[in-house]
Amino acid sequence: MWRIRHFEEQVGVLKRADQVHGLIHLSVGQEGVSASVCTQLRDDDPVYSGHRAHGHCIAKGAPLERILAELMGRDGGLCRGLGGSMHLVDVEHGFMGATGVVGGNIPMALGSALAGRLRGGDQVAVVFFGDGAVQAGHFNESINLATLWGLPLILVCENNGFAEFTPRSAHTNVERVSDVVAPYEVERETVDGNDVLAVWEAFGRFLAEARKGSGPFLLECLTHRLRGHYEGDPGKYREAIAKADWQEKDPILRLQRHGVSEGWFSEDDVAAVERESLAEIEKAEQFARESPFPDQRLIAELVYA
Amino acid sequence: MAEIPYIAAIEMAIHGEMERDDSVLYFGQNIATTENDKFLQAFGPDRVRVTPISETAEIGMAVGAALAGYRPVVELYMAEFMLVAMDQVVNEAPRFRYMTGGQVTVPLVLKAGYGFTAGWAGQHTGTIYGMFMGVPGLRVAIPSTAADAKGLMATAIRDDNPVAYFHHYLLTLIPGEVPDGEHLVPFGEAAVRREGGDVTIVALGYMVGLALEAADRLASEGIEAEVIDPRTLNPLDLKTILESVEKTGHLVLVDQATRHGSASAVIAADVADEGFSSLKAPIKQVTALDATIPYSQPMEEYLLPDVDKIVGAVQQVLGQAPVTA
Repeated sequence: MWRIRHFEEQVGVLKRADQVHGLIHLSVGQEGVSASVCTQLRDDDPVYSGHRAHGHCIAKGAPLERILAELMGRDGGLCRGLGGSMHLVDVEHGFMGATGVVGGNIPMALGSALAGRLRGGDQVAVVFFGDGAVQAGHFNESINLATLWGLPLILVCENNGFAEFTPRSAHTNVERVSDVVAPYEVERETVDGNDVLAVWEAFGRFLAEARKGSGPFLLECLTHRLRGHYEGDPGKYREAIAKADWQEKDPILRLQRHGVSEGWFSEDDVAAVERESLAEIEKAEQFARESPFPDQRLIAELVYA
Repeated sequence: MAEIPYIAAIEMAIHGEMERDDSVLYFGQNIATTENDKFLQAFGPDRVRVTPISETAEIGMAVGAALAGYRPVVELYMAEFMLVAMDQVVNEAPRFRYMTGGQVTVPLVLKAGYGFTAGWAGQHTGTIYGMFMGVPGLRVAIPSTAADAKGLMATAIRDDNPVAYFHHYLLTLIPGEVPDGEHLVPFGEAAVRREGGDVTIVALGYMVGLALEAADRLASEGIEAEVIDPRTLNPLDLKTILESVEKTGHLVLVDQATRHGSASAVIAADVADEGFSSLKAPIKQVTALDATIPYSQPMEEYLLPDVDKIVGAVQQVLGQAPVTA
């Protein structure tokens, strides 16, 4: 989680310095869900995510330097500079992508789950999305079809109460995403998304079932977004979240406090993890800066297979 | 060889490819309404799936399955239903390979009928392939004969790109000589349906038949038309068209689409760009008027290209008739 947190912080810095170009969405404060979910998955479990995908991509195992190189538009990036923040894909680690269209890849996750079913085996597909995606038609189409065919798919909703710039209450009358899908009788649970252990446990349970071929499942993780919808927006509606208030909720700090008090690790161990992550990110930035921009001829090669 | 209807030729291709390759899937609304359906019987309910009325989910699912190594064919019935799922058709399927820097391919076929100008009215009769022709990453096929229907479908399934396969509804029962067994028509190869030295007529889909009728009529007036059927809009065989225009010096295009949504406009622009020195007259297009296809039959006929209009256009470019409004 520290890797994600510090990576995102550094991306914010690079963005302000114009080293990272264009539209990015940071997931500071939402690291708990990425980490608890993705670290339980294998490379052959395909994961899809939304536009706020850096954390999921990191947690799924994509190398930091290749993610950063991608964000800096370099040929050494995961997508050779052609995808950027909203189209991060690392097939090798089963990260099938961020998407720029809210909920656009939820139907695609169905296809991955179907493929897993057809092949036999115990592969499970996972798709992350925010509460904002739930009101789109394609979400409902996807839940319907996934439940109709009982696909081995876990839908993870990061409900941070905001979609783009407005609160959930401006989008729908139904407060909980779990209630939206109730009529389809999909197995579902709502957890505190900033309680890493709770997310770990609930997702782990769903995963074990899905590996046996059951599904779909929906895990609603209640969480909070710390920065603005995209880096650069004033985030005035964030005034309500005071600093001290946030310290209570922070997924990383909560886990650390708990772990230290339980004797799982010491404060020194925690400090070491943070230091290591910062060092890793520094190296990643060096790699990215040294990577060339992609050759123009790449375009002609890649439009068609 | 056998004489079989256009629609049967398409099904033959899908069946043949599904036999040949286990990774080919077939899904869509109502595609197998009884247990006796021949696809269901042959390939089972895992590979042949009936879907609810959910085009976005259907096509999105096809994309996901394609990313995982399957080759789905999605039956959409109407080109207009692709419009319901434009995010998947334009924004997701064709862009994925490129945006990932080449990490994936998305082999899938979107099969959609079009142009059913037999009173099916405003939302079921559009000729909208022009909308898809320019989508980077998407291939577009428009067979005009039963043999090509089979050959282009087989090629579409084997192609590693997403393919929008548009079959014309008025051709559904039109028979043609269709080769048995494996039959592939390559993408990007136009067919010269009739040779002639006076004028080049590029015709799309169902318009090929009208163009050939027009050519017969013109022949009786001493005008020999060369009729070219591009067969695929993407990739487009511009070379064959340019070679023909170099020979004839005159170009008429016939497209059932509305003028400003037509594929003919794009082809005309390419010829004007690269073949200008061959042209002895302006390029003329015979298209539908820029209006929704109306229900009433005489209205429908008024709007659409027909043999008279094609003959008229040829006469115009050959300088034999005054330019009409």
